[in-house]
Amino acid sequence: MAEPKAPGSGHDKLMIGQSAASIYVAHAILILGLVIVAFPIYYTFVASTQTLQTILRPPLPLVPGGEFWNNYAEALFGGAGRLGGVGAGTLLLNTTVMALGIAVGKIMISILSAYAIVFFRFPFRMAIFWLIFITLMLPVEVRILPTYKVMVDLGLIDTYAGLIIPLIASATATLLFRQFFMTIPGELVEAARVDGAGPWRFFFDILLPLSRTNIAALFVILFIYGWTQYLWPLLVTNRNDMTTIVIALKKMVSFADADTQWHLVMVTAILAIVPPILVVVLMQRWFVRGLVDTEK
Amino acid sequence: MATVDLKDVRKVYPGGVEAVKGVSIAIPDKELCVLVGPSGCGKSTLLRMIAGLETISSGTCAIDGKVVNAVGPTERDIAMVFQNYALYPHMKVYDNMAYGLRNRGTPKDEIDSRVRSTAKVLELSHLLDRRPRELSGGQRQRVAMGRAIVRNPKVFLFDEPLSNLDAKLRGQMRVEIKNLQRSLGVTSVYVTHDQLEAMTLADILVVMNAGLVEQMGAPLDIYEKPASTFVASFIGAPPMNLLAVTAKPDSPANTPEKLFANGASLGIAAPVHAATLGFRPEDADVIGEGTKPSGALKLSATVEAVEPVGAESFLYCAAAGGRIVVRVSGRAAAKPGDRLEVMVPAGKLHWFDSTGKRA
Repeated sequence: MAEPKAPGSGHDKLMIGQSAASIYVAHAILILGLVIVAFPIYYTFVASTQTLQTILRPPLPLVPGGEFWNNYAEALFGGAGRLGGVGAGTLLLNTTVMALGIAVGKIMISILSAYAIVFFRFPFRMAIFWLIFITLMLPVEVRILPTYKVMVDLGLIDTYAGLIIPLIASATATLLFRQFFMTIPGELVEAARVDGAGPWRFFFDILLPLSRTNIAALFVILFIYGWTQYLWPLLVTNRNDMTTIVIALKKMVSFADADTQWHLVMVTAILAIVPPILVVVLMQRWFVRGLVDTEK
Repeated sequence: MATVDLKDVRKVYPGGVEAVKGVSIAIPDKELCVLVGPSGCGKSTLLRMIAGLETISSGTCAIDGKVVNAVGPTERDIAMVFQNYALYPHMKVYDNMAYGLRNRGTPKDEIDSRVRSTAKVLELSHLLDRRPRELSGGQRQRVAMGRAIVRNPKVFLFDEPLSNLDAKLRGQMRVEIKNLQRSLGVTSVYVTHDQLEAMTLADILVVMNAGLVEQMGAPLDIYEKPASTFVASFIGAPPMNLLAVTAKPDSPANTPEKLFANGASLGIAAPVHAATLGFRPEDADVIGEGTKPSGALKLSATVEAVEPVGAESFLYCAAAGGRIVVRVSGRAAAKPGDRLEVMVPAGKLHWFDSTGKRA
């Protein structure tokens, strides 16, 4: 077992072959990469603060315009004409419910199935594990027709359940938890048994707290996965007030430039980006720990 | 408090491997029983069967007179200290110790007083708010002990609890475990592969080999009268010297004259079935050239290596077609290459037959 780490060790050490020049080069490359990635987002933000007329008459200014409050208020509460009066607020709510539902559901189902596979001995345990593993090869797109049929039969079109449930099982997350659970020493399980912890106690008192960094990392990844879903929400929602912000974005763009309210499209695009960024920023500390630290 | 009774306990794994082949041990109340043996001898399996972590294939295990074969580890009222401590990494020391009590529904203020008094005994009071990763190996070991003690169980089970500690700490903890066990008066089963731990801790010592009990008894009885060559070579450091002896081909069968492996005569009377002669390093004396002690075994030895330990020295010698170790007190005058005469009194000789059993 490793000795307790001295505070700050491992971070203030220079890396092998590091020199002043290489630090500058490394930073220059990083900044260049950052500009390439961030500029389109910034430009979208700039466009979201201009009037439609300014956007339609190039070139677009490089600094934000004065229409911020008007545009955002109109998008959030006014409702875009092409969406039958549904505001971006409803869209954000729908997308949040779906992304949260998918992330939480996936984590719950996969952690429980991994728990069963790793810590319990039951008939056909390995067969079941391989069945779960094989479903990795069947993405949503492959099973989309039967899934759609089932959703129609169950009357789940245009419901949150219909948006969430078909995407909720996750072989990847099950595998991740399985790998993590297998690193937990058998003696810890036995100590808990001797201490009088049954399967549920062990799960909630020991396994769940030990998995929290993994859960956090997975939550971030799965929330963004859910947020950016396109094909399934497109199929399973017909009503504009049940659709997600990503689908709405697509519906707002018409073939003819003049028909499209570009300033509102830009606002919606920014609104669609903000929640995933918030999740990443707020959970960054946990996210990184879950990826690099084993908490032992 | 409680007794532990094992009756013809066996463990057969699904693959057909028999780890424990019929072991019967009776541990009286308040005594510390040490199971010792080489790795793979079944001692840990036996302990885990007493704990209820491993099912018993046949035979019975009774705690406090009640057969517990079908009882889970929680209900057996045992506490176990594991080799790697198995502390809950996310819980503070306090919660590690309190966890078992909480699961048993002990009232909160009783938990608190028990945890605090146990922590005081183990000098852990200032560490109660720390997490296991912030503790040193010795402190973790104490917490693991505390977690067992605080429950006030019928039986303590120790699974090589000191093997992850350095030699000095191991010595300290050994004394501490013994004192604690004696003052608490809890029946204990202790598994180790370290014969020194086994000798110093045990009230009852059980030497195991290949799934069977080789010998069982008080540590010093076993030391003085090993039942087999296995026990003789396992207990004691350095182990007992063992020299092969054979009957002289043309000697009478009822009183054969015995020869060493190099053909030299023993010069003393040996039991009829003796195939191995043993003596402890400390029972051998280096004597002057030419002296002939009557009735004692005399060997000519060539020193191969000298190990000065401080208070004593060990001479590793070639003698009588085998290798022997001789203990001399203080500094040894001998150097590698020296020839010595070694004498062992007849009363200190151990004889074993061809199956390795005491003759």
